[in-house]
Amino acid sequence: MSVVPISWYLVLSAILFGLGVIAFVFKRNIITIFMSIELMLNAVNLAFVAFARARNQLDGLVFVFFVIVVAAAEAAVGLAIVIMLARNRESLNVERINLLKF
Amino acid sequence: MSIPFFVFFACAVLAIAGALVLIVSREPIHSALALVLVMISLAILYLLLGAPFIAAVQIIVYAGAIMVLFVFVIMLLNAGVEERTNWSKLAKYAGLPLALILLLETAHWLFHAPIGVAIANGPGAPAPAASTTQLSLELFQQYLFPFEATSILILIAILGALVLARKEE
Repeated sequence: MSVVPISWYLVLSAILFGLGVIAFVFKRNIITIFMSIELMLNAVNLAFVAFARARNQLDGLVFVFFVIVVAAAEAAVGLAIVIMLARNRESLNVERINLLKF
Repeated sequence: MSIPFFVFFACAVLAIAGALVLIVSREPIHSALALVLVMISLAILYLLLGAPFIAAVQIIVYAGAIMVLFVFVIMLLNAGVEERTNWSKLAKYAGLPLALILLLETAHWLFHAPIGVAIANGPGAPAPAASTTQLSLELFQQYLFPFEATSILILIAILGALVLARKEE
């Protein structure tokens, strides 16, 4: 049984990260922007797991565990902020949230 | 073509398609469901890479808890179709090319990283799957302090979310 080369996983990770960056830049809905951050975190996790497998060490998997925990905390606080913004601004469009804009 | 290659390509295509749907769709709920698709196919890839514990955590915490939170907030705020706004010229003419360059550059350097060529492309025997026992020993011995620190982080995040989402008196 042949094994898929690790570099293919890394390229898939890079593609997903790039798509996450594009979504982050171009989406206008603040919830979707949050989701694109999650997409980038997932891409980085894939690279971590692939490197852990390539080096046959477990540290990469532990790092993925911590990334997932921090992402959960970030999603909870971020969505609370989104709810507060939606209450105050009556809109989810990031172009309407321009109080600090120069 | 052997089974691992087939599974890899199926999951990779599903993941990239999900990410594209995330970008293209204007309904936030469609984006959320596309992201769930990406996460589940990544979990299958983790199984293929010999990390069953991480795959289970990915399904339970990411595809389960975090995405349910997202879907819940989308329904709570009744988020409809994204408003169509004229993109800023800077994002259109500088942002998209730069993002594509970033994508190509990352893919190029990852593909040509010494680790990718020397270790991964070798025909070597598949490494044994990382057992959950080994992972937990590593987590609770070498990484005990970061583990406890993240528990405090979670506690603070819960408190922060409660304070932020509370109705103003």
